[in-house]
This record gives sequence, C-alpha cells and structure tokens, in this order.
Amino acid sequence: MTHSISPKARRPTASGRLQAWLPRLVLAPSAAVILFFVYGFMLWTFVLSLTSSRMLPSYDFVGFGQYARLMANDRWWVASTNLMIFGALFVAVCLVIGALLAILLDQKIRQEGALRTVYLYPMALSFIVTGVVWKWLLNPQLGIQAMVQGWGFESFRFDWIVDPNMAIYTLVIAAVWQASGFVMALFLAGLRGIDDSIIKAAQLDGASLPRIYWRVVMPCLRPVVFSAVMILAHIAIKSFDLVVALTGGGPGYASDLPATFMYTHAFNRAQIGLGSASAMLMLGGVLAILIPYLYSELRSRRHG
Amino acid sequence: MADAIRRQTVGARLLRGALYAVLILAALFYALPLLIMLITSIKPLSEITAGSLLSLPQNPTLAPWTKAWGEACTGMRCEGVGGYFWNSFAIVIPAVLISTAAGALNGYALTKWRFKGAEIVFALMLFGCFIPFQVVLLPMAQTLGWLGLSSSRAGLVLVHVVFGIAFTTLFFRNFYVGIPDELVSAAKLDGAGFFRIFWRILLPVSAPIIVVSIIWQFTQIWNDFLFGVAFSGHDTQPVTVALNNLVNTSTGVTEYNVNMAAAMIAALPTLVVYVLAGKYFVRGLTAGSVKG
Amino acid sequence: MAALEIDQVRKEFGRERVLKDVSLSIESGQFLILVGPSGCGKSTLMNAIAGLEPVTSGHIRIDGEDVTGRTPAERDIAMVFQSYALYPSMTVRQNISFGLEMRKVPKAERIEAVERVADLLQISHLLERKPAQLSGGQRQRVAMGRALAREPKVYLFDEPLSNLDAKLRVDMRTEIKKLHQRLGTTIVYVTHDQVEAMTLADKIAVMRDGHILQLGSPDEVYNDPVDMFVAGFMGSPSMNFIRATLEQSDGGVQLRIETPSEESLTLPWPAARTTEALTERIGKTVILGLRPEHFSEEDARLGAQAEGTPMTATVSVVEPTGADILLRLPLGEEEITARVGPKCAVAPGDRLALRVDMSRAVMFDANSEQRIA
Repeated sequence: MTHSISPKARRPTASGRLQAWLPRLVLAPSAAVILFFVYGFMLWTFVLSLTSSRMLPSYDFVGFGQYARLMANDRWWVASTNLMIFGALFVAVCLVIGALLAILLDQKIRQEGALRTVYLYPMALSFIVTGVVWKWLLNPQLGIQAMVQGWGFESFRFDWIVDPNMAIYTLVIAAVWQASGFVMALFLAGLRGIDDSIIKAAQLDGASLPRIYWRVVMPCLRPVVFSAVMILAHIAIKSFDLVVALTGGGPGYASDLPATFMYTHAFNRAQIGLGSASAMLMLGGVLAILIPYLYSELRSRRHG
Repeated sequence: MADAIRRQTVGARLLRGALYAVLILAALFYALPLLIMLITSIKPLSEITAGSLLSLPQNPTLAPWTKAWGEACTGMRCEGVGGYFWNSFAIVIPAVLISTAAGALNGYALTKWRFKGAEIVFALMLFGCFIPFQVVLLPMAQTLGWLGLSSSRAGLVLVHVVFGIAFTTLFFRNFYVGIPDELVSAAKLDGAGFFRIFWRILLPVSAPIIVVSIIWQFTQIWNDFLFGVAFSGHDTQPVTVALNNLVNTSTGVTEYNVNMAAAMIAALPTLVVYVLAGKYFVRGLTAGSVKG
Repeated sequence: MAALEIDQVRKEFGRERVLKDVSLSIESGQFLILVGPSGCGKSTLMNAIAGLEPVTSGHIRIDGEDVTGRTPAERDIAMVFQSYALYPSMTVRQNISFGLEMRKVPKAERIEAVERVADLLQISHLLERKPAQLSGGQRQRVAMGRALAREPKVYLFDEPLSNLDAKLRVDMRTEIKKLHQRLGTTIVYVTHDQVEAMTLADKIAVMRDGHILQLGSPDEVYNDPVDMFVAGFMGSPSMNFIRATLEQSDGGVQLRIETPSEESLTLPWPAARTTEALTERIGKTVILGLRPEHFSEEDARLGAQAEGTPMTATVSVVEPTGADILLRLPLGEEEITARVGPKCAVAPGDRLALRVDMSRAVMFDANSEQRIA
C-alpha cells in the first residue's frame, strides 16, 4: 500500500482558499470604512487642533497653542464645569429613579407591562422633541410656574430656564425624564435574571425584604449599575441636541456643554482650530470612562 | 421574589397601596409632558395664553397641525415641516437597510468564520460606537465636500451608515455567537459555501435581531440632530433640524400650539415604532449592556 | 485499501500541541471508536478528518486520495453532531435533502433518497415538521438521516448519544449497531462513554493528551490494555490497581501485597505467563491489575474444584446494583472493588472468602505505568 505523497496535497484547494478569504473580504469594506472615518478622522481632528485654522482648515502648525487658548477660555470652563454638574446629577438621579422603579415594578404589579411602556417611551423620542416640550413646560409665563400660580400659589417660582445659575438644572430634569425609564429597564432585566433561590435562601435566613434587596440583590446587580453608569455618562458627554433645543446654551452661555461649545466654535464662529482642540478633549473624556469599561467587558468575556 | 410583600395584613395592604401610588405618580411624570404636548397642539393660541397648561381645549382645532405641516416658517422658508418629514424618511430608509445588511454580514463573518485578527477588528469597530461624534465632524464635512456629497441626502445616508455599522455589527455578532457553530459545520459538510450558509441557515433564524437592528437604527437616525444640522442643506434637512428651526424662528408671536404640533409630527414615527415593537426596542437598548 | 488513513497528523493551537503525530487507518465498513477523557484530542481529530480544522502537518487519505487540503464539502464525508445541528428553519425533509441539493442532485433523486432514509429510520411521519417540534430521540434520528441520505464514503459521529436520556441512549445504541451491520458503512465515532465504545466498535482507539495509546478490538483493549491508563479507562467500575512486590516462588513468581493490620497476602502469578522479563524484576514493586469481575465469592458447594486463588477480606461497603453486587474491600493501602453474584449475603464488617482469577490478571510497571505482563 504505497501512496505518492505529494507535498502539494496539503495546500488548500482553490475553493478552500476562497473560503478562507471570503470572510475577510466581506469584513474588509466595513473595517476600511471604520478605519478611515473613525480612526483617520480622529487623527485628522487632532492635526487640525494643532493648527491655527479658523474659517477653513489650514495646516499652519502652532503646537498646542489651541489647547492653551482653550484652557484660558472662560466659556470652555463654564461648559466643562456644566458637564461635571450635569453629568454627575444626571447619572445619579437616573440610577436612583431607575433602580427604585425597577424594584417597585418587580413586586408582581398588575399592569406592569403598561407602566413599563409609559416609563420607557421618552427614550424613543428625539432629544430635540424633548427639548421643545420641556422648554414649553418650563416657560415661566405659560408653563408649570404659571399653572401652579393659577392654582392660588402666587409666590411659586419655577423660572430656572431663564436663570443663569439654574439653567443647567433644567437640562438635568429633561434628560432624566428621557433616560431614567431606560435605566429602569436595565435594572428590571437584571432583577429578572437573578436566581430566585438566592432570594428564597435569604428569606429562610430571616432577612427582611428591604434588607434582601440591599444586601443580596443589589450586589448581584453590580454589572448592571456599571453598564448603566457607562451608558449614561456617555449620553451626558454627547449631549448636544438637548441643549440646543431646550436652552440654546443660554441664558448667555450659562448652560453650554463641551458638545455645544465645539459646534459653535467650529461651525458658527470660524474657530476650527479651537473647536478641534475641544473635540479632542471630549474624546479624552470618553476614553477615560470607556477604557476601564471595555477592559472589564473583554476580560469577563474571555473568562466566561 | 415578591411573595414576602403579599402577606395580607393591614400593614402590608397599606404598603401595597403606597406602592401603587408611587408607581402611578411616576407614570404621570413620564406621561404628562406628552399629553400636554398633544393638548396644546389642538388648542387655539388664545386658549393657551389665557388658560392653564392642563386645561382641556374648549374649541379643539387641527389648524396648528396643518400649519406646522405646511405653512410654518423654519428659518427663511415658510413651508412647514412636511417636506422635511419626508426628507427624514428618504435618509433613514436607505441608511437603516444598508447598515443592517452590512452588520448582519459582519456579525456572521466575525462569529462563524473566525480568523486571525477577527477579535481585533471587532474591538476596533466596537470603539466606533462610543466616540463623541464631535471628533469626526470637521473631517467629515471636508470629506463630504470632496465626494461632492455636501448638503445632500446621500451624504447623510453615508454618514449614518458609517457610524451605524459599529452598532449593527455588535447586535448581529452578539446574536450569532449564541447560534451553535455546529450548524455551520454541518452546512459546510453538506457542501454549502460562505454566502449560501448565511442565506439558507443563518438569515432564516435572524428575524428577531434584524427587527432589533432596524428599530434601533431607525430611532437613532430619525432622532439624529448633530449630523443633520452639520451636514444638511436647506432642502435636505431632516425633520429634527426643521423642528428646531421652526421653534427658534421668531416672527412676532410665538405659536406654541404650532410648535407642539410640529414636535408631535417629528416624534410620531418613533413613537409608533415604539408602541408596535416596544419589546424589540428594549432589547436593542439593552443589547450588550446586560449579560445573560 | 484503507477507507480512511490518518498519517502522522499533528495539530497545534499556538504553542499547544493538541494532536501529536497521530496515525491510524481503518478498512472500508469498519466501525472505529475514538475514546478518551475530555481534552484528549478526539474531537479535534474528528474535526481534522471532516476538514473543519486544518491540520498543522501530516496527511489524511480517504479511499487512497489525499484530502488534507480539501474543504469539508470536497471530502465526501457526513457527520452527526452531538447537538444534532439540525437547521432550525427547515423541515425534516429539507434538512435531509439539503446536502443533496448543495451537490446538485436532481430533484427526483432527492425525493427518493429522503423517502428511503425516512423509511429506514422510521421518521416518515415527521418529514414536514420543524426540528423544534421533535423530541430528542427524533432529532437524533433526523440527524442520522441527514448523514445517511448522502451516502458518503465515511461517516463521523461526534458523541451522538450524549444528549439523550439513559434509556433512549441504550435503544439508539442498538439501532446504530443494527444500521451499521445492515449498511456496512465506514464509521468513525467519538465518545467518552466506554460502554458505547465496547458495544459498538470493531476497533477502539484510546486517546490521551493528543496520542493514541492503544488501537485494537474491544476485546484487546479491555483484556489486554497496554498501560494503566487504558486499563483504568475501559470498564466500569474501573480495574483495581494493587501495589505489590514481585517475589520468587516454587513454580515461578508470586505477588506479595502488604497489609498493615494482617499478615500479607500472596498471589501466585500464572506459570504460563511468567516471562524472563518478569523474573528479572523480582524484588521490585509492581502494580497488579484485577478487574472487579475477576473476583468471586467462595462457593462451598464446589469445594476443592473451585478455580482461582483463595483470599479473605473485610467488607466495608455493599452496593447492590440489581444484576449483581459490588463490594468495597480494603486491601493493603488501597480499597478494591469486587463484583459478586446477586445472591451473595454479606454485610459491612463481614469477613468474606473470595476467589481471584489470576489467569486474567495484568501487571504494570509501578513507575512507567506500562504493561509488563
């Protein structure tokens, strides 16, 4: 029994080679597009941020001059501080409301489906619509303030939208209205995923219901909290439409956020270099929260 | 897990009453803005300035809606938001279809034909979901100019496809990971190739994730404002941009009822999708964020 | 000519070597079973034969043709998967005929093939159903039907029965055996169930760490294992391994087993199997291998006619299985298992007189664990 062992026999056949390359070929256009439009553009924006570009991109390099200008720019600091306030409040309030509603909804509630639908629908709306609606509700002459005053509470004041010190909080209200239902959905999915026997075991141990939630259930939901914080923080940093529609960044620039700052300077005020620098700082902010997230995500995927 | 609170003592019953009260109050918080928007949009202007936010319309009228649709001024023009509403569809439909198709093929290639570097390609794509889009605005504007797509609907379709692929790929990848590899092995042994396996084996079971992807992309692109305002021209604006212009165009008296009607028009398509396919909408929102 | 020949096949994942130069061949119509613990490389070898995973080096030949570089489709192989891998969107009929359709078999022939296979496997009434509407056993039949319809050169079965419940598993095992006897197909079958291996195979390949330790008939592998791993892996309960010292005796050699409490036990090694290699090891420690069924309870009626070497031991646990009784008996440093008849009346703590059939005993080197006699 002899075989002519040709060394070529182990080389893949033509159709084998095609099969090996097809997946790559199929993925290549998307990969190329992402490489160019995401990574190429990030680099491009970084290059622009090192130039003195104003109306049109020019490639007259000024080092990190634009970043220095940004650091000296009062409006940028207002926008950044606003983002801190807005982001922290938005994330915290959404988490509290979302977790609370999810726990309450998890008590075998009649009409749970209907309630869930009502809590979550704002997430389907555009931030522009949300902004338009809340602008109307917060209008001191015609909105909530006027309505409550009309009920006889003449001294009631709710004019945050025209108050430079308070305008940023109106953004928090509208954004929480839009996104807290989503957090509720995340928590509810997490609660439903918890093994019932853990809770039964805790009940047999004699723990009270609030105690079970605090000591047994919440720790199981740590990954949900983590994802929710990441997603909310990400929404906060990208918030642009809501500001445009609700406050327009005003009064003055009291409720500016970095996203509106960037857009205004790059597109309306012919400050492409400065706008690019602010965009790069926004990217830095996102990376600061994203890298730990992706790291843990990929690590947990590898382990399980 | 809720049995503990169901014990029928008086205290428990009170507690349960309070529970429902809180839940209904919360429902009002979410529902009222939409109801007020709706009520306001069918009130004549006189009733708005005279009456209260919550008072029901005495003489309901559809005039604000017709004005918002066909006559209201958005910036320099006074043609309502109707045209822009169709603009949005003209942008959304091709963008949704292309990005979903590309995402399905990518997810399939990434999970069922694993090759060296596939994980890195996916990680790089995933990152594209998360960048703040401000960082691509300026180069995008210039690139669209070079491609001759400035201020065009095609340009907006391109932008939405490019930045949507990362999401759709993520959806399909996570879905296909759950489909046993042995199905693909069996089909390979049966003699089917790359595309045939996709078409005959994977695609017929992908209906749920296709719906999730379409709904997600539809709401994202419909609701987009940033790309719309940055890259559209006067004729090619999506409805969100037109709505913002309408609200901010001051010609004498602000017609709040028209504003609200226009907001309703802009909100309706996504609301309808949400009501019809809420289950899939939620699945899209939670995709990847809650690990099964 | 061999129907399937594996020639020095090596598979590496990065630095890890999963298959270490595996060679084997089977004749047309033979039923080969690959058996071994999980991670031994049996599934990788299966995938390599199917062409689902490229090999690092070596050759695979089917009917004398080198198929190493070919795609699965080009190899004329069918496979039955552990999860069945039925196409969920297709009916049973479409599942069975899909492979024929891909190979551009005319429609009339396809219909005929489906009918033939459905008849053979008694699934004709299920043809229009979807896989989700089938029970586990029915899915298993459809998965086999899909393989049979194509009449390939080689069939691969990857743990096909492991998802069935115990009773169905035994039924399907018999059915597979009948099918093989009837159709005379060439089958490579992966399992970790040594009962399946014993009952189905013409040839068994016992694998461990990417090697084939032993390739032989079920009888050879069971009664003539090459090393302690094969001996311990095949058979349930496993073979007893007893540490003993090899000693000179009148007629040849004997084994002394030290017991801490009592006087030591001596078992004579059958003279017919005493080799020179064995006598050279006198004074060394060896491992004696005795299967549970090599023990039997002393039968007073037989008296002096009783065969085997007498010994006594204290019973620690009694495990009746119905068909017979398993006894746990401390012996030396180990506890051994003996299989005795169901009538044996014994309770924990009893002293029991047993007979050991030394003619079937095997002996291993204590260090290398290789068979020495």
